[in-house]
Amino acid sequence: MTGPRVVLVDDHALFRAGVRSELDGLVDVVGDAATVADAVALIRELAPDVVLLDVHMPDGGGLEVLRQVAADAGATQFLALSVSDAAEDVIAVIRAGARGYVTKTISGTDLADAVRRVHGGDAVFSPRLAGFVLDAFAGAGPAAASERDADLDQLTPREREVLQHIARGYMYKEIAQRLGISAKTVEAHVSAVLRKLQLSSRHELSRWAAARRIG
Amino acid sequence: MSDVAHPLTGGRNAPALRRDLRRDPEHGMIAGVCEGIGRRLDIDPLLLRIVFGATTFASGLGVAAYLLAWWLLPVEGAQPAAAAAAAEQRSSRNRRAALEVGIGVGCLVVSILLTFRELGLPFSDALTWPLVLVAAGGALIWRQSVGRPGTPGATAVATAVATAGATPGALAPLPLFEDQGDSRPAVISRIGIGVTLVITAAIVFLQISGALAAASDVALAALVVAIALVVIFAPFFVRLLTSLSIERAERIRSQERAEVAAHLHDSVLQTLALMQKRADDPREVAALARRQERELRTWLSGAPARADGERWLAPALQAAADEIEQAHGVAIDVVAVGDAALDRDGEALVAAAREAMLNAAKFAGDAGAVAVYAEAGAERLEVFVRDRGPGFDPAAVPADRRGVRESIVGRMERHGGRAAINAAPGGGGTEVELVLERGEAS
Repeated sequence: MTGPRVVLVDDHALFRAGVRSELDGLVDVVGDAATVADAVALIRELAPDVVLLDVHMPDGGGLEVLRQVAADAGATQFLALSVSDAAEDVIAVIRAGARGYVTKTISGTDLADAVRRVHGGDAVFSPRLAGFVLDAFAGAGPAAASERDADLDQLTPREREVLQHIARGYMYKEIAQRLGISAKTVEAHVSAVLRKLQLSSRHELSRWAAARRIG
Repeated sequence: MSDVAHPLTGGRNAPALRRDLRRDPEHGMIAGVCEGIGRRLDIDPLLLRIVFGATTFASGLGVAAYLLAWWLLPVEGAQPAAAAAAAEQRSSRNRRAALEVGIGVGCLVVSILLTFRELGLPFSDALTWPLVLVAAGGALIWRQSVGRPGTPGATAVATAVATAGATPGALAPLPLFEDQGDSRPAVISRIGIGVTLVITAAIVFLQISGALAAASDVALAALVVAIALVVIFAPFFVRLLTSLSIERAERIRSQERAEVAAHLHDSVLQTLALMQKRADDPREVAALARRQERELRTWLSGAPARADGERWLAPALQAAADEIEQAHGVAIDVVAVGDAALDRDGEALVAAAREAMLNAAKFAGDAGAVAVYAEAGAERLEVFVRDRGPGFDPAAVPADRRGVRESIVGRMERHGGRAAINAAPGGGGTEVELVLERGEAS
């Protein structure tokens, strides 16, 4: 079978079965794991292209898996999958190295598409994640030009614009059309945002205040 | 004496008021002491009156006890319901206080007893006391065992107290000891043992003091009585206090469990039942599931409603989305960045957004989820409502279709905002853009 080789990590057997059948024929699901320890062992053994990672699991969840394998993950990419709307959880897995976040209600085709994009090196931002990120970077005043890290702590106007469009429900292609840029440039902006998200030391990102949670 | 109105007196199978130890002057003969105690302990007030009367004739003790109870017991209905919450907070402190009061009253009673004896007041104790003890104790035990489903623990103590030759006045702190939760045989056997012990001790004590009337022996006798009382009551106190706290914890747990069960029953189970019925309508099922999911999330997060009554942008939009989702079976995803309290213009913005969602649900509901994005910035509030429907040309909307023109565009303009409809004919979907400058708020 063609397509990226995927490992599915989720502690709910029912959900794993559902996702497997949905992704059947779209991508190559090579294995699944129900616990953090199993997942770490399986990822090391199979070295899949993409790991679909449940955010909430016993023993630390997706975050713990990322912590343990991120260093020697090689080309493996991680896509976070969650029922959670809690911004701090989502931001935490992104900062730990996941390339995107989608909710579990996503359709099979959309999920397969997201897997392929993550495999291709893109960042996958759902509208909700875009909202979280905008919120996390909100209120950042204009940084002093001399500061080296300043550009990590705030979004450029263009990046904001791209994220706002994602939050508004636009596809990358449509965003490119509306903003008069190429789809590749849109991808580049999103990846840049992801990099900032992972590298920034902004207070709101590292210790997301519960009060700023978005319902 | 807040301990007499201990919150735990709200029992399992009787109204709280009935369970509180209170005087009832309206129904009582003098000050309602017997009436109140009798009602609390589920025993005939007449019995208590006999005890009071007998002890009065025996040594005058009954009068003292009655006065003490009169002073200590609150009047029926004296404590307002609101005070119950405060009493709840004080409960642990009260438990200790009640113990101290109980011991204090016991000592007081013994000292009064001894004083009377010392003064040589009429009627030989040697005859009267055992009779009173046997009659009262026997009657109480008999009534209790003949099937009055009351409060076995409390009555056991009451019996023991009454038979111990103390006075009903010493019952004041006893509401503490109800709902002991013991099995009936255990209670009865304990009563039996207690009664036997006490009567034996009393008779021995009386014989000794009768034979050896010297003052030094009175002190010894008092010691014997005190030791007997401690031996009898210490296990009760310890056991009752422990079982009380255990039961309290259990009750809290079971209450929480009942609350969760009730919530799940009202929400999740109902929804699941509904989904089974509508299994042939996938859209309806999906909408039901989403609504339930949202409701459950809200409940799990424990987010309280804003107490100040103010409406905020993000929750207001979410509420509107929920409502339309429910009515039209179309998924509406709301993403909000920042939040703001709503003034009149803000309310108009929400109303316009609601209208836009409604339009999207009606005319583009088959084309997938509707995306709502709201951003509350320092300068303006923005709301975008996007659907993936076939799209339409705003200019082609007939003038009599007031929906879009009036309730969206017109409304925004009246409130100092603006609305734009970005429609892409040919399947690109429609986006309604609503902007409200914050500085212009009236």
